[in-house]
Amino acid sequence: MTKRKIIGISLYIFFIMLPIYWLVMMSFKSNEEILGSLTYWPVSFSLDNYATIFSDPSWYMGYVNSMIYVIMNVVITLLTALPAAYAFSRYRFLGDKHLFFWLLTNKMAPPAVFLLPFFQLYSSVGLFDTHIAVALAHCLFSVPLAVWILEGFMSGVPREIDETAYIDGYSFPRFFIKIFIPMIRSAIGVTAFFSFMFSWVELLMARTLTSIEAKPIGAIMTRTIGGEGVDWGLLAAAGVLTIIPGCLVVWFVRHHIAKGFALGRV
Amino acid sequence: MNLKVKNNKAWFLVLPVLALVAFSAIIPLMTVVNYSVQDIFDNSSVFVGTEWYREILNDPRLQSSLIRQFVFSGAVLLVEIPLGILVALMMPKSGRMASLCLVILAMPLLIPWNVVGTIWQIFGRADIGLMGAFLNGIGIDYNYASNPIDAWLTVLLMDVWHWTSLVALLCYSGLRAIPDAYYQAAKIDQASAWAVFRYIQLPKLRSVLVIGILLRFMDSFMIYAEPFVLTGGGPGNSTTFLSQTLTKMAIGQFDLGPAAAFSLVYFLIVLLVSWLFFTTITHLDNKK
Repeated sequence: MTKRKIIGISLYIFFIMLPIYWLVMMSFKSNEEILGSLTYWPVSFSLDNYATIFSDPSWYMGYVNSMIYVIMNVVITLLTALPAAYAFSRYRFLGDKHLFFWLLTNKMAPPAVFLLPFFQLYSSVGLFDTHIAVALAHCLFSVPLAVWILEGFMSGVPREIDETAYIDGYSFPRFFIKIFIPMIRSAIGVTAFFSFMFSWVELLMARTLTSIEAKPIGAIMTRTIGGEGVDWGLLAAAGVLTIIPGCLVVWFVRHHIAKGFALGRV
Repeated sequence: MNLKVKNNKAWFLVLPVLALVAFSAIIPLMTVVNYSVQDIFDNSSVFVGTEWYREILNDPRLQSSLIRQFVFSGAVLLVEIPLGILVALMMPKSGRMASLCLVILAMPLLIPWNVVGTIWQIFGRADIGLMGAFLNGIGIDYNYASNPIDAWLTVLLMDVWHWTSLVALLCYSGLRAIPDAYYQAAKIDQASAWAVFRYIQLPKLRSVLVIGILLRFMDSFMIYAEPFVLTGGGPGNSTTFLSQTLTKMAIGQFDLGPAAAFSLVYFLIVLLVSWLFFTTITHLDNKK
């Protein structure tokens, strides 16, 4: 059984890594080599593509801008979604089921036509081309998602734990922070990662709501597609660099994801 | 244990979320509704009622891409959900290997969607790409640029590569949330691996699977950048999905009215399918 598991997961990891391997190799090649012939390894290994990105502020500031609004988004999402998810998992209240489903419907609209009113809305409140505008706009899908994921995990925590804490004299905020949040660490880890991820790869809104000051990396990448064709090597290098921040996030939350419950703490 | 207390004060806990989401949700939605019932010229507009809706619903382009879209989303769910559960079950429970697996699984999710299309565009080419060259090398005549079936399968494979990790990560964290006592009880009862899965793991995965299925349905139903970059919707119309038809209409023809009506119909289809799924699931739960 365990042997079969190891073979299975290895095969899947291999399948995931192959295209990524190809992306990484492309980033070290010149365009002539990429388009010229099939090479499994860069024949003329060069770091030129990376040098271009790190020497030009209009390139690397894209990563900085994306990081700023994504972090803002994750913080806002977790702070608001945690109490809301607790309310949905513990109480019945007027309109709770409808509200719960309505939240998710905000992720269901095809973005193409909605971009224009989005632009008008954020321009009219004077937030156009700021990081917070993108962070708030991304809350439209990250907050509902966070509420849904957190609610699922919170419902798995027995109510008796809440009740015991009250009997022991804990106030609600103290119970929530000291006892409840540590118990659902794995859910918070997953939620933080998903908020990060969806905000990091979302491009249409981020591009619509920014012009210079807060331009995301995804929008800057499109400049590799120019009049004389695509600069494949540069695009690949930029792509490799977009994976790294997210991997660091997973690395930081990995223990929370893998740990699960610590039942019996109370 | 699952009886919820009735308490309308819980609204205060939900209020920040409601305000935050409503701010970005309601005004744009109303604006699009407004577009969809008007004929907009440069500076003036005429109320046209349901004309755009009738025009859209009778449009053969919409009908054919809608069918293609349902087939594609169905295939995505059939492959990614079971595969995601399987991967989550196979992953190591703790230690360095578990961390490494988590990081590798997350990688495809973190690549901007247009870059995903670009990777597969090169990766699948028979002359310069690893997968295309390999398939042709072992005697399969594979070419996603000219063969509609190859193109469709490539888009599906790309989506499986890109998104199965999402289901797997959700299920993995769901599995970790099962207390050890459950497994110990199963061991005492000498339950088979299948019984453990069917009666312990699967019920505990319910809530993460619901959100996983809904997410994969919604996102695959609105897939745009990846097939657009990979195949441009071709060959023929084989990989022209619904959002591409919409974007062509909105940007290509400057028809804001019909495009807005299209968006709302699109939105309602996603909403309806998701709602049917969600109410069926909650209904089944209540029956138990």
